[in-house]
Amino acid sequence: MDQPLLTVRDLRVTLSTARGPAEAVRGLDFSLDRGETLGIVGESGCGKSLTALALMGLLPDNGHAGGSVLFRNEDILRFDERQMCDLRGNRLAMIFQEPMTSLNPLHRIGNQIAEPLQQHLKLSRRQAWERAAELLDRVGIPNPRARLESYPHQLSGGQRQRVMIAIALACDPDILIADEPTTALDVTIQGQILDLIRKLVDDSGMALILISHDLGVIAETVDRVLVMYAGRAVETGPVHEVFAGLRHPYARGLFAAMPRLAPGLAYPRPRLPTIPGIVPDLLDLGTACAFAPRCVLAEPRCRGEFPPLVAVGPRHGAECWRTDMTEERP
Amino acid sequence: MPLFLLKRFATLLATLLATSVIVFLVLEILPGDPALLVLGIDATDEQLAVFRHEYGLDRPVLERYLGWLGALLQGDFGISYAYKTPVWPLIAERLALTYPLAAFAMLLTVVLALGLGVFAASQHNRPGDVVIMGISQLGISIPNFWFGLLLILLFAVNLGWLSAGGFPGWGGGLGPALLSLILPGISLAVVQAAILARITRSAVLEVLREDFVRTARAKGLSRSQALWGHVLRNALIPVITVIGLQFGNLLTGTIVVEQVFSLPGLGRLVFQAISNRDIEVVKAAVILLAFTVVAVNFIVDVLYAVIDPRLKVRDV
Repeated sequence: MDQPLLTVRDLRVTLSTARGPAEAVRGLDFSLDRGETLGIVGESGCGKSLTALALMGLLPDNGHAGGSVLFRNEDILRFDERQMCDLRGNRLAMIFQEPMTSLNPLHRIGNQIAEPLQQHLKLSRRQAWERAAELLDRVGIPNPRARLESYPHQLSGGQRQRVMIAIALACDPDILIADEPTTALDVTIQGQILDLIRKLVDDSGMALILISHDLGVIAETVDRVLVMYAGRAVETGPVHEVFAGLRHPYARGLFAAMPRLAPGLAYPRPRLPTIPGIVPDLLDLGTACAFAPRCVLAEPRCRGEFPPLVAVGPRHGAECWRTDMTEERP
Repeated sequence: MPLFLLKRFATLLATLLATSVIVFLVLEILPGDPALLVLGIDATDEQLAVFRHEYGLDRPVLERYLGWLGALLQGDFGISYAYKTPVWPLIAERLALTYPLAAFAMLLTVVLALGLGVFAASQHNRPGDVVIMGISQLGISIPNFWFGLLLILLFAVNLGWLSAGGFPGWGGGLGPALLSLILPGISLAVVQAAILARITRSAVLEVLREDFVRTARAKGLSRSQALWGHVLRNALIPVITVIGLQFGNLLTGTIVVEQVFSLPGLGRLVFQAISNRDIEVVKAAVILLAFTVVAVNFIVDVLYAVIDPRLKVRDV
């Protein structure tokens, strides 16, 4: 009864490339309860989007997922295409980064929102359009009935993302996966879209997986955070606890590299700290800590042995040999 | 009518006007005196002068051009030097074969190419795709007259299913007339279908990579639902552009294929008229073919607007 809604165990995503198989996600574990909100944060190429696509069963043709993803006690990685189609857009819904290209330019907004309703709930076209109007109203689009007749090019980026959210909400999903939903939008619109997502999640009780490279977005939106590096969760825990005391050197570096508005802009402005080095080649990951080559705290052990998951708080863990060195600093 | 269609209509008129100038001038500078060709080299200067006067060949070029254009606009295509009869009935009789032939070949092209192209794209890099692309490579390489001869050999000579050529006319009923168009239609369509299948395949593959296809799949649509519901219409724009261009190729292709199958079509008429220096017929036929091609491309432009709602508000 108290099983989590979603349990991801040892998720692995392998991409076959011209140079051989690349392990983009390497043994990811996490779980999600009903109504819980989880943030996945990390830089480009850390495997966060592929994780989302693996959950949806929409990996690119050269991708393969291993491990297990238990959704309502069924391993959906073993589902066939028909079973996945029944889940997608129905129990699992997803919104994407690029609202400008994520809607079909040749179809009316109404048809695009009505589609999952007709597909999963078997509504007639008229009923589906009725519901589509209600959904547009719910995502805060004024004059929804007229908007149903519009085409995507007649809407702004923010409005298009609202439409994408309406599509995702159509069948009252159990889990909403939002992959960088605000990255492509103006800063002023970003806040509105995040507020909307937060409000809808609160109202409907669905669970949320929010993927972002923006720590600020994550901090404001979710209960629990998972920091990904080179396909692994290097630090995870409740968002307040984690941000109050980051323990993995990579997570600390990511946090330090975040630009902030400093009061009274000093000159010369201090340089923004960066993490030295580049993201490792996914084809060439050994058995050591993937961050060791870039880590200022690295010692011989880090380059030789895989680090353990160290519990640094009741629900807060970091996958690092050197958590002792990162203890007291903010 | 949307603004962009008005513009395209103006382009259509301008194209036709330019075509008329080029056709007139090219035939004007073509060597060979019609009077001499018709009357023979034994004709006296006097006889030649009478002929030239009768057909208005002694008037200045500009005057003759304007006269020809004015007559064209009134539906008067002039008088054939060789047949001494008005040109229009000659042409109209031939069009009754050439237009249906071209339309049939076009229909065959579109059906074959869309079917094979979409299938190949959905089987990307799998055996079905490789086989279809191999066949289409072969289709592109085959000259249509040679393929026509092969078809005659197989279906007329060996199997005896269809006649090797000739056209019974529409008067004898629809069936026999259509039957006689099957082989010429196929030999015209094969090359075009091979080209169009490749265009269709690559257009579909391109659209398959679009974000909105991923959105469609994320809604729970199956691969084939996404393909038919979201991909195909988006892929049609490059495809119908090529169809418009191919129609011109098909019309000119009829000239050769009508020879192979001994069909009394416009192509043969033009071929003979050129050898006879029957310039009035050549001018009329070429202008008519140009008009057909331009009109088909105008229809293609209208289809753009039907397919893509963005064209109704902004021009491309």
